[in-house]
Parts: sequence; structure tokens; C-alpha cells
Amino acid sequence: MSTQHSIRAEKFLADKKQAEWHDETLWLVRAKRDRLSKQVPEWEKLRDAACAIKMYSNSHLAELLTEFEANAVKNGAIVHWAKDAEEYRTTVLDILRSKGVRHFIKSKSMLAEECELNPFLEANGIETVESDLGERILQLMHLAPSHIVLPAIHIKREQVGKLFEKEMGTEQGNFDPTYLTHAARKNLRQKFIHAEAAMTGANFAVASTGEIVVCTNEGNADMGTSQPKLQIAAFGLEKIVPDQESLGVFTRLLARSATGQPSTTYTSHYRKPREGGEFHIIIVDNGRTGILADAGHRKALNCLRCGACMNTCPVYRRSGGYSYTYFIPGPIGINLGMLKSPERYSDNVSACSLCMSCSNVCPAKVDLGEQIYLWRQQLDGFGKASKEKKLISKGLRYVMENKTFFNRALKLAPVANRMPRFLVYSSLNKWGKGRELPEFAKESFNQMWKNRKIQK
Amino acid sequence: MMDSREYILDNIRRNTKETFPKPDLNELCNNALKYDNIVGQFCEIMTQVGGRGVVLQQGQDVNDLIRELYPDAKRILSTIPEITCATENPDHDASPADLDGADLAVINGTLGVAENGAVWIEQKMKYRAVYFIAEALVILLPKHKIVNNMHEAYKLVSTGEKGFGCFISGPSKTADIEQALVMGAHGARDVTVILV
Repeated sequence: MSTQHSIRAEKFLADKKQAEWHDETLWLVRAKRDRLSKQVPEWEKLRDAACAIKMYSNSHLAELLTEFEANAVKNGAIVHWAKDAEEYRTTVLDILRSKGVRHFIKSKSMLAEECELNPFLEANGIETVESDLGERILQLMHLAPSHIVLPAIHIKREQVGKLFEKEMGTEQGNFDPTYLTHAARKNLRQKFIHAEAAMTGANFAVASTGEIVVCTNEGNADMGTSQPKLQIAAFGLEKIVPDQESLGVFTRLLARSATGQPSTTYTSHYRKPREGGEFHIIIVDNGRTGILADAGHRKALNCLRCGACMNTCPVYRRSGGYSYTYFIPGPIGINLGMLKSPERYSDNVSACSLCMSCSNVCPAKVDLGEQIYLWRQQLDGFGKASKEKKLISKGLRYVMENKTFFNRALKLAPVANRMPRFLVYSSLNKWGKGRELPEFAKESFNQMWKNRKIQK
Repeated sequence: MMDSREYILDNIRRNTKETFPKPDLNELCNNALKYDNIVGQFCEIMTQVGGRGVVLQQGQDVNDLIRELYPDAKRILSTIPEITCATENPDHDASPADLDGADLAVINGTLGVAENGAVWIEQKMKYRAVYFIAEALVILLPKHKIVNNMHEAYKLVSTGEKGFGCFISGPSKTADIEQALVMGAHGARDVTVILV
């Protein structure tokens, strides 16, 4: 019955201190989000508006994307379309090769992770440097992000210190975050200056102006795109929004939801190429258009990638990003993984207590918990339902439908209260793994009723 | 063979089974968060986002104020004629890489936002790098150019002739190492908005 998620979570929980730190730290981020959102009286109306704009945009994609394209071309940008990850990767490589680029600097992009861009470029001889501090740390460690907004949340300062001693020549044993951050600033400054091209993802692509909007706290997207003359921006096609007016809604929600800040430090609007430069924009599908037809799950395309659903999720906080088998963890990752391949990623759907907290914090009102529940109903159809759980359900159904059997079971149940632990939680009781049995009442409701202990 | 553009647009058209109307945002925007003391709120939120908002007093020279705030700044970039404490016009540099090592950049802001301390910068200079590369940043902003919230702001900003604009809310920051907040990841470590 163990899923990949529960096996990996057990490993994560083995380091009790670190697991507690992870849980508490992410809860602090959630608490900051609460504080900031409550300072905005119209918060819930903003969420409704964000959801409505996304429902509009994602049901008018053809119009909005072609409008975006026409405006971007007018602005002097070069627009490419990529139907899948492979076409996205080769488009980037072709652009870089046509300009003889050897050094490439990137700012954080979940799309690049999704399409495994970096290993592909490296294999083709292009030095590819991540410029977001968390992403850079992970890149040097050859690790994947464990959170979409706080990618290195699982790494300790001592690990970063030792890494930087080796990679950037920092002082031995100096693990101070300020010292280490400024060492990375100095080191990456040279990478920015010597890169021949820079790339960003996009938080929003604005149809009415043809511009790309990128939100960062570090300023890495801007440092990157303001040095080399060649700029590439790529976005998944659900990032399109109709106009600037809608940005007013999204920018008020994004940082408050993500990190509990009133705004990201930088909200950059890229419309034209730099003087004497080139600006390439890649519009990527990679399975997104397939989701449009799925009425039960298409709301997943509303996602702004703020990570609020992870910070609030009791399972994510206590199991860490690496416990999930899809590259995006947490509630949104469970859903996006299932949309990518239910056969491959169904292990994650059990990593949910159906508390629905994710649905309640999502700024664009993705019905995350409800969708996970839907997926669970469909598991049997993918041949992915647990055989043991099915057997338990079958047995329970027999008990529930058979009056004599039900009453006898009820009478016997309190015996479990006094049974030794090793018997109750034996390997036969798969359900009891990681769960605690409630104490059974000595007398059933039925019995109490019959004995007139209950007054009408 | 169909090209990818047509392939994607075809898929969109085939898979869009239901359409939703564009929401009317007027009511939301008109009734959004407003402040009685807009300048006071702006200065307060600037502190919260790690920067500072300073009102230039009557008769006070802006250059004196900058000197007072940044006594150690040696290399000061600015294209604004009134900023006589500037040591370098960045438009005259041969490449944006030459701007590396600047201590301070003094720039104009178009519009400030009271709810989050963001100031809209529309590119007017030759290099976008000026807004990000110096160790510290001073933004000059007319007091009467502060709006309440982002809805009001987005009605008024544009990326202009050069096609680049940016909201900047305080100094560059990161918490990527154990969630410890550090100022000065890649952009300015220190930001002052001088309200004139």
C-alpha cells in the first residue's frame, strides 16, 4: 500500500529536527500571507476577479495569443511557437547557436524545469548559469528545486557555506547567510557581464501590449537582460492575460500570496528589444491545450505559481518537496502531475488529507483539493487503486450491508482498545501504518438507544 | 506538415468547449484600498519593504540630502541635470558592463504606489542596467505622483519609447538561505525614494 510519496516522506522525517524546521518555517510564510491579505479589505473580491480573468483568458486563448503575437511583432520582438518540450529546447538552442552564444544566464523558470532545458543546453556545449540564488545553489549541488518559490528551502546554511568554499572561495566555516549571499552577488555579477544571452520565463504575457512581465525579488532577471543584447523569454500559453488592467489584480495577489510581501521588489515589463539587441519570445504548449477540454481539471491552468498551496499544505510541510514524484510538489504539483500522466504520477494523490486549505488560499481559486478528490475517484480506472485498500473497502462494504455482521463487529470493536499495540498495528493492518486508531466506544449508539440512555 | 503555431491554435479551438465572459473590474478597482495620508503611508510601507521614503524639505537641496544619506558614495551615476553630485553620465559609457562598480544611481520615478512602496520606472536612459547595477539607488518622485493601489497605477503607466518599465519596491532581496532575509541579492542593496 506504500506509495512512492510515503516511502520518501519517511526518509524526510528521519531527520526530525530538519523536518520540524521545514514545517514551522513554511507555516511562518503562510502566516505572513494571512497577515498581508487581511490588510486588503477586498481580498476575496480580488481572488474572484483573478479567477474570472483566468477563466476568460483560458477560454479565449486563440484570440489573446494571436493578439499578443501581433503586438509583440510590432514591438520588434521575434515570436516562436513550440508545441512540446523538445521544440522549446531546440528553439532556444537554435537562437543561441545563430548568435554564437557560449555563455548563457537564466533567471528562474518553472517552464525550463518542466522542459529540462539546462541539461540539454549543457550537453550542447553552452554554459548555462542559473542566477536566482536558490536555483544557483541547487544547480551547483546538482539538485532539483523542492519548492517552486523557495527552491532551496530544504538546504541548510552549512551546506551552502561548504559549497561556496569550493565554488566561490569563501572563508572556511563562514555560514552567515548575508556573507554567503553577497559572495554569490559578486560571483554572479561576472557571469551576468560575460554572458552573451539571457533568458527569463514570464509571470504574465499581456495580449494588448505584447509585453512580458517578470516578477523577482533579487533583480536577477533584470541584471541578466540588461547586460547581453540577446534576450529570450518563454512562457506556457496559460500565462496570457488580456490587458494591463488585469495586472492590477494579479500583482496585488501574487507576492502577498507567495511570500507575504505587499509586492515583489521588481515587476519588470519587457516590451521592446534593447537598442541594437534582439528579443525572442517563445510561446509553449507542451500539453496545456489538452487540459482545456477537461472541465473537471482545466482550472489548474489558473495557477500563478505562487506556492501558497505548498506553504499551507500539512502534508507538504511535513514531507518536503522531494517526496513527490512530479517535479512540482504540493497540491498544484499533484494535479499538474496527474494532468501530465496519471499512470506515472498517481502516487502523489494520496499525499493529501483533503483539508482543502490549498483551495482556500489559492489566489486564482484553483479548486486544488476538490481536483485531488476527483483524481482519487478515477484511480481504479487507471489501474492504480491500491489492491489492499480495495480489499479493505470490499470487506467493509460487506460488514456495512449485513446487519447481523455489523452489530457483531460493533460489539467486538472495543476489544481493540485493550489489545497490545503490536497486535493492532501489525503488518496485517496496512491502514494503521502512519495512522492512529480512534478509541472505540464501549457501547454503540444502537445499544444506548435500546437501553433508553438517549432522551428524545 | 502543419507548423506549430497552427497546430497549437487548432488544438485550442478544438478543445475550448465553453467560454467565460471577461469580468468587469470597475467596481473592484473603484472601491479598492485607499489611504487618507497617502504620503505618510508610502513612507511607512517603504520602511516595511526595506527601503526608506524621505520628503525633501522646503529650501533643502536634493544634492545635500543625497550626500548626507550616502556620504561614502564615490561613483554616482545620473542623467538628471539637477543632480550635480553625480560623477558620471551613464549614457556616455560604452557598454552596460562599464557601469559595474557604481556606488549610487540617481534616477527619476514616474509614479509611486502607497499600498506596496512600488515606484514605476520608465526607461529613459540608454542602458536599463543603470536601474539595477549600482550598490544603492535614489529615486526622485514628485509627492503628488503617489496613487493608492495597483489598479490606479496600471491606468497610468506605460513602457514608453524604449519599451521597458519596471516597478521597484525597495532594495533587492533574497531569503534563499534558510529563509534569512538578506538585502542586496543582485540589484541595489539600499533604496531611498526622495519625495520632491
